[in-house]
Parts: sequence; C-alpha cells; structure tokens
Amino acid sequence: MASAGLTVPDRTRVTSWLQDYGVYLAVVVLLLFNVVFTGNFLSAANFRTQLVQAAPVCIVALGMALVIGTEGIDLSVGSVMSVAAALVPLYLGAGPLTAILVAVGAGIVSGLFSGFLVARLGIQPIIATLALLVGGRGLALVIAHGRLVQLHNAEFLALGTGDVLGIPVMVLVAAVLAVLAGLLVRRTTFGRQLVAIGGNRAAGTLAGLPVKRVLVGVYVISGALAAVAGVLATARLGASDPNDLGLLMELSAITAVVVGGTPLTGGRVRVLGTVFGALLMQLVHATLIKHDLPDSTAQMVQAAIIVAAVYVARERNSR
Amino acid sequence: MTATVSARNAAFAGVLQRQGAAVVLVLGVVVAWFAFPRFGSADNLRDLALQSSFLAVIALGMTFVIISGGIDLSVGSVYALGGVLAAYGSRYGLVVAILLPLTVCSLIGLVNGLLIARTRMAPFIVTLASLLFARGLLLALTSEGATTYKVDSDSALLWLGQGTILGVGVPVFLALILFALGGVLLRRTRFGQSVFAIGGAEQSALLMGLAVARTKITLYTLSGALAGLAGILTAAYLRSGVTVIGVGTELDAISVVVIGGTLLTGGAGTIVGTLVGVLLRTLIQNVINQVGSLDSNYQTVVSGAFLLVVVVIQRLLARSRTRN
Repeated sequence: MASAGLTVPDRTRVTSWLQDYGVYLAVVVLLLFNVVFTGNFLSAANFRTQLVQAAPVCIVALGMALVIGTEGIDLSVGSVMSVAAALVPLYLGAGPLTAILVAVGAGIVSGLFSGFLVARLGIQPIIATLALLVGGRGLALVIAHGRLVQLHNAEFLALGTGDVLGIPVMVLVAAVLAVLAGLLVRRTTFGRQLVAIGGNRAAGTLAGLPVKRVLVGVYVISGALAAVAGVLATARLGASDPNDLGLLMELSAITAVVVGGTPLTGGRVRVLGTVFGALLMQLVHATLIKHDLPDSTAQMVQAAIIVAAVYVARERNSR
Repeated sequence: MTATVSARNAAFAGVLQRQGAAVVLVLGVVVAWFAFPRFGSADNLRDLALQSSFLAVIALGMTFVIISGGIDLSVGSVYALGGVLAAYGSRYGLVVAILLPLTVCSLIGLVNGLLIARTRMAPFIVTLASLLFARGLLLALTSEGATTYKVDSDSALLWLGQGTILGVGVPVFLALILFALGGVLLRRTRFGQSVFAIGGAEQSALLMGLAVARTKITLYTLSGALAGLAGILTAAYLRSGVTVIGVGTELDAISVVVIGGTLLTGGAGTIVGTLVGVLLRTLIQNVINQVGSLDSNYQTVVSGAFLLVVVVIQRLLARSRTRN
C-alpha cells in the first residue's frame, strides 16, 4: 500500500475485467463443474439446500458490505446472532412476532452501541466491535444460562423450513434484503453519502455530509441484519444455541464481501458481488464435501480463494 | 500559570493512558488479596502466572505486529497447530517435538509477511486466510479432529510445560525471558526502531530508506514462531495436542495488547504494557472463579466490558491531550 504513490500500477484489461466479474465467473465455472462431475447435483432439492445454507451468511454479509463501504468493519455480527438466538425462546411464549421483534431490536441496540463508539468517540471499528464480539457471546450465554433450548413453536420453525410459492422462506428473506440493500446503495441519499464517506472521510466532512449519522446507520443495519440471520438460523436449527450459533460468522461474512469485490478500504459497495461471494463460498464448501474431500481441505481451499480474490483486487484497493 | 497546569494535566493524562492498566492491575490485586483468602496462596499465584504465560508468549508477537500498524489474526490457529505438531513430534524425540512446530509455524508467519510486504495486501485479510489455512492443516493432521496425539509420560518435552525452576513454572520463566528479549529488541535495536517508524508513518519510513519489507516479513515470522512456541508449551503442559484450543485466541491477544496501551493505529506501544494486559485478563478470570456464585459466562462479559472501558478512556485522554 505504501508504494502506491511511487509506482503507477499497470492494470491490464484482463485483471480489470476479473476484478469486476471474477466472482460471477467463479460461481458459473463451479456450477458447470458440479453439473458435469458431481452426481445428483442437478436437482431441485440440492439447489434448495445450497441456497438455504448460503442465506444466513448472505444476510450478514449484506450488512458487512455497507460497513466496509465506510472503511469500517463489524466483528460483532456472530455474537449479535447468538444474542438474538438466546432471546428467542424467552419471548416465544408471547408469539413468534414478539420474539422476532425483540431479537431484531437487540441487534439494532448493538448496532447503535457500535455506531456510537465509532462515530461519536472515534474508536477504531475493529476494536469497538471486538469488545462486543467478546462480551456479546458471554451475554448470550448468561441470558440462556449456557444452555441449548429446543423450540417447539410450529409457526416460528416454519421460518427455517417453510416455503412461500415454492421458495424457502430463508432464501426469500435473503433475496428481498439483497434487493433492498442494492436500492439503498444505488438509489438513496444515504447510500451515496455512505460511499462518499468511505472514499474520503475528510472530504465528506468538509462537504457537510452527516458523517456521524451515516456511520451509526450502517452499524445499526449490520446489527439488525445479523439478528435476522440469527433468528432464521435458530428457526432452521429448531433450537436456540447461543454457544455455537454464529461462531466465526464475522470471518465468513467479511470473506463473502471481499471475494465479491468490495474493497476493504471503503468507498465502494458491491451488493450483487456480495451475494455471489456468499454463494461462491457455499458452493466451494459443497463441492469439496460432495467429492468426499474433508472439512480440513475445504478450509484450506477457502483460504486460497480469499488470497487469490484479494490479490486480483489489490491494485484497486491500494489506490 | 494556566500553561503549567494544563501541561501538568496533560502529563498526568499521559501517565494514565500509558500506565492506566498497571494502576488497575495493582488495585485489582490488592482488592482480590483481601477479599479472597485463597487468592494470595502460593498455589493460586503460581497458577495465575502459569496461565498467563501461554497467552503472554502469543501477545508478545502481536505487540510487535500491532506497533508496526498491522494485525495477525492467524495466531489462534497457529497456536493450536503448534501444539498438535509438538505432541505428534514428541514421539520422535525432543528436538523434533520443538523444531517441527517452530518450523511450520514460522513458515506460516513468513508467508503472511511475504504476502503483506511484497503484494501490499491488507494484513487483516492475509492473516484471516492463514487462520483458515492453519486450522485446515490442523484438522487434516488429526483426521478431522478425531485423533488426539498424546505426549508420552517419559517424554523430555513434558518438562517444558510442567517443570519448575526455583518453584517457578518453566513456561513462566520462558515468557519472562522472551519479554526481556522482546523489550531489548524493540527499544535498543535498529529493527525495533524500524517497527516504530513503519507503524508511525510507513511512507516516511520508506523515504528514510528503512528496510520496510524486510522488517514486516521478520515481524510476521516472529509472530508465527511465538504462537507456535506457545502451542509447544501448552501441549507439554496438557500432555497432548488439543485440537479445540486457540479459537478466538487471536482476539484475546489483540485485547490484551490494546489494554496494555499499544495503539491499534500503530507507532506506539510497550512490551511491559502487554504483560500487564495479560496479567489483568488472568486476574479477572481468577476473581470470577473465586466468586463461586458468579456464572462463569460473566467472564467474557466482564472481559468485553473491560476492553471497552480501557479503549474509551484511552480515546478520551488522547483527545484531551491533542486539545492541550
């Protein structure tokens, strides 16, 4: 990054194209590979499974993409998921809607908290959200007395296993949220301000943009989306599991965002890229598992993909 | 007159910012000493020191990395990998048990450093990838976590974890020596000066002709090696290579470094501060364990809250200083 000012990167058209469309190409290639080489891949049931499994990561990654667009990072998402999960059984007696509202409310409060630390006190995002990552899971365990709780409310469980018009509820929610995130970035003042602030904070301040309000806003959105993902994952699991739910989710979400072409240096948000980033990571995992390659190999391949994706994107990032 | 007062205030704020954790540690120890009769017992203190030593070794490397303006997320996985490799290697003798994990873990650090220094990729992402890679390697070595390698009871390796010198545990001894060496390296050598210079202003460090790339590569290699060493010590202490340790350890290490007064923005920090940060963390855990009625889950809540309080105070003090 340091020598960016000293050497002018000679970007070829190929790398430029790869930076823009690499993630889509990778998803298509991987799909084709599986259609040809993986038995039973081309079935509705399998596509369903893949999409449902990618949905929570995708939802969290959408919020993460907005935060990263402001040159921030949100490490608290996994813990926020676990807090949301811990709250669900406590309020499920009052109906699924109440439970969901309380859980998402907790996500919003977490986001307000992180946003306050980042925007008002000027604490680095990584540290501000690290505190919540460490403390949040403890809080979830305290709320749940450290126990996994089985859930029996059929209406609530339908969120995880049910369909609307033949599409799994989880996938539908993820798709709607992705469209909303896309509209937010492209069509609203908030979105334009977000990108402007991420590109150049000082210029944003000088131009009179409401920097603090926008910063708080993105952390609130990220917290709310993490809570939604926590609720959906809990419904799918059929149990509230504050111990394990959302563990390392921050890393998966950041990976999906970065692989999708959003630079960590801010100033740019690629919503569709993020969705495809989440799909790609899921497909890689599924491909390796279906070919009887163990989890360990899957993780190492995932590591290689992250490095390759960021390597391709690095010249844009270092500007 | 006002100038002297504000100068004195600024100096006071500076001391608080740098030594705040130490003040809290001393207060905490005094309170715990009187509040819990078992706290001051030689056994408990020995335990406290021993438990601090593993994280301390990892946090030492992290301190160097953070002062340079970087971050190393891979240390938790590398730590676990080091432990498994040490336990696996112990059947081939002490030399293999030590050199195998140190070599592999240093190599992972070296690759981190090469990627960060030569391709200018963000440390956060590079070390995130090696976090996944190291854990994958660990799973592959242990048949997906199903195999646990034990350290034979007659292995010389065990002394490294369980032995004592003058009543002090060997890991504690090693950690203290490493911190002393680390302090000298950071304060008294050209390498240490480069680390501060890079963290302060990388562009200037480059223009001054410092070996920025080489320093960074060395830093990350050092961090990997220290995490591996902590793994060796833990395996020797637990008598086996435990596959499930190290998850989230990178965050613990970052926390204690920050609590110790090292700025995440780079360019400033101390080795002693990190040691204080580690001890504070162990103290909090110990106190929560002593208060038997308290849910052990509060430990993480308190740790998180504590990190937050320290960071907020640091930030407010830094702000008042710049105003002065």
